Amino acid sequence: MSARRIVLTSGKGGVGKTTTTANLGAALAKRGKRVVLVDADIGLRNLDLVLGVEKRIVFDLVEVVEGRCQLRQALIKDKRFESLSILPASQTRDKTAVSELQFAQVIDGLTELCDYVLIDCPAGIEHGFRNAIAGAAEAIVVTTPEVSAIRDADRVIGKLHERGLPIRLVINRIRPEMVRSGDMMSVDDVCDILSAELLGIVPDDEEIIDTTNRGEPVVLTPDSRLGAIYEKIARRLDGEIVPFTSLNAPGFFGRLFGQKKAG
Amino acid sequence: MHELQQPQVAPVAPPVPRGRAIVVTSGKGGVGKTTTTANVGAALARTGARVVLVDADVGLRNLDIVMGLEARVRSHILDVLEERATIEDALVADKRVPTLRLLAAAQTREKDDVDTEGMRKLIESLRERFDYVLIDCPAGIEKGFQNAIVGADEAIIVCTPEVSAVRDADRVVGLLGNRTSVKLIVNRLRPALVRKGKMLSVEDVNAILRLPLLGVITDEPGVIISTNNGEPIALDDTSPTGAAYRAIAGRIAGTDASAPEIPQEPSLLKKFGSLFGGRNA
Amino acid sequence: MIDFLKKFFKSEPSGVTARERLRLVLLSDHLSLAPDVVESLRADLIAVISKYVEVDEAHCDVTFEQQDSAVAMLANIPILSMRSRPMPPPPPAPSSPPTPDAPHMGGAATASASVAAELPAIAPKRRRRKRRASQNPAPAAG
Repeated sequence: MSARRIVLTSGKGGVGKTTTTANLGAALAKRGKRVVLVDADIGLRNLDLVLGVEKRIVFDLVEVVEGRCQLRQALIKDKRFESLSILPASQTRDKTAVSELQFAQVIDGLTELCDYVLIDCPAGIEHGFRNAIAGAAEAIVVTTPEVSAIRDADRVIGKLHERGLPIRLVINRIRPEMVRSGDMMSVDDVCDILSAELLGIVPDDEEIIDTTNRGEPVVLTPDSRLGAIYEKIARRLDGEIVPFTSLNAPGFFGRLFGQKKAG
Repeated sequence: MHELQQPQVAPVAPPVPRGRAIVVTSGKGGVGKTTTTANVGAALARTGARVVLVDADVGLRNLDIVMGLEARVRSHILDVLEERATIEDALVADKRVPTLRLLAAAQTREKDDVDTEGMRKLIESLRERFDYVLIDCPAGIEKGFQNAIVGADEAIIVCTPEVSAVRDADRVVGLLGNRTSVKLIVNRLRPALVRKGKMLSVEDVNAILRLPLLGVITDEPGVIISTNNGEPIALDDTSPTGAAYRAIAGRIAGTDASAPEIPQEPSLLKKFGSLFGGRNA
Repeated sequence: MIDFLKKFFKSEPSGVTARERLRLVLLSDHLSLAPDVVESLRADLIAVISKYVEVDEAHCDVTFEQQDSAVAMLANIPILSMRSRPMPPPPPAPSSPPTPDAPHMGGAATASASVAAELPAIAPKRRRRKRRASQNPAPAAG
């Protein structure tokens, strides 16, 4: 049974693609799925850093493409999740080092080894983006509720439609207190503007800064609010119907999103 | 070519002083390059300097929307480079600051469509008309980045205190090569987190990047609100973030000799018991 | 003017402003990204207008412009002459004398073409503002 091949993209940089790829991948692995995470950001790799495997890189994606190593040799097995592996990008080359066809072939090679291939797409809509989507059959668009991010997400959604890729949306770094005061667009606003199906809503939470510093997926932290949210997103991705959780914990956040809450 | 030229008889006019061309870059996306370009530019122009902001993010333009000028863009940078419009046609006047102009990127084209040499000449041409040419660089290190840096003598690196951003900034510093000046702005600092050891400090960032520090901007909701409204926060006299941008502009112009202030945590700290195990950054 | 009033009263939260600005800018982006749609629109527009007047097709131009509170379509359609075909019956009102600069009602198409070549364009280039591609009202807030 061939793996699901999902690209995580956004257009705008810095909205949380890499963080989402890492944490969603870890959450899927925690459920027992076999997951390979692919860093398509050649030249500015960061997936390795976010997962804390930067010191264990021996080979990278470009070397696989150039035939200097086998695919399996380049995969780094995560020490915390048995069924999670990472294929890192090169740091010293740039995105023109690999063609769309070559990238797609690498992804094809991976699909026999796992249940999910998650491709962390670089910012932009140029070569790196085209490579990343060449390997994918589905897309997750990550955005924040900010004007520039939504504009870029819209552009990317247009490009994904051209390729016929089904799209689901993750809204990242939402600040409930600002939505309540009208100073930030709501989940409904974003979904309405982008006309995309919602996969997950992740609130802004400083916890992610700390876990990224330590190179640890947040699902490893017991009782982590963010961890629970990523686990729900993983379940939804896996086909379960999971309602969005209310953040209406007493004394915490007020009414947020109408029918959609968070999670 | 022109071998039989008439000898020059008219006195040669003194050269027009060239404005400064500064690229605002980072490597990592989403750290605040566009916000910084908009705000530093607005702050410089408010002192009376003639400033043009150039959006080099072809295909994913955002400088126009951050400035609130998206409804006024008629022609863009590729129209100028491909000679469908003059520079004057393409320059958008800012709504609030009289000496500020915007040259927007094309939204429907791609960065590969931009000819690097053409870009260099365009920046040169802008330097003859403006005191400051600020170039908003796209994320990444490919053609878009190359085009953005080609005309600039100086660079400002924008970096957030996060491991990925520092790593990318470090790569970019290496790629910038020789410029007359490469300086750092640390953006979105959260002093309370730094104090708790959960965020890199400015010193941590600069221990790696080793650049002269232009300024530090703390993370605050006011920036999001100002972007929502399309009004650079540097024009808000009541905002401390606005003041920080104005101080950065002063340091760039040489009128502010103060050292950048590194914000400390607020004195009333809401303690929150975190149970994270493991070493802190 | 609207911007000034909004600013003066500061009644609108910035999230609402952001949403409205985004809708307009995305509409503008989408239009510029769909040249085939714009071309079809231009062709259809020329076809409709050509039922009533003869136009200089090669110089017909359709553009979209974002304005402060809407995106507007601007059509520039140079008109060469009136069509030489039976006019619809006049409305039941006192008939007005023909105006001195009424266009020449030529006969066959070829004749009117040669007349058009001799005469300058009857009307100067007219900018006709067509339908405002304005935004939907704000959806129910989340």
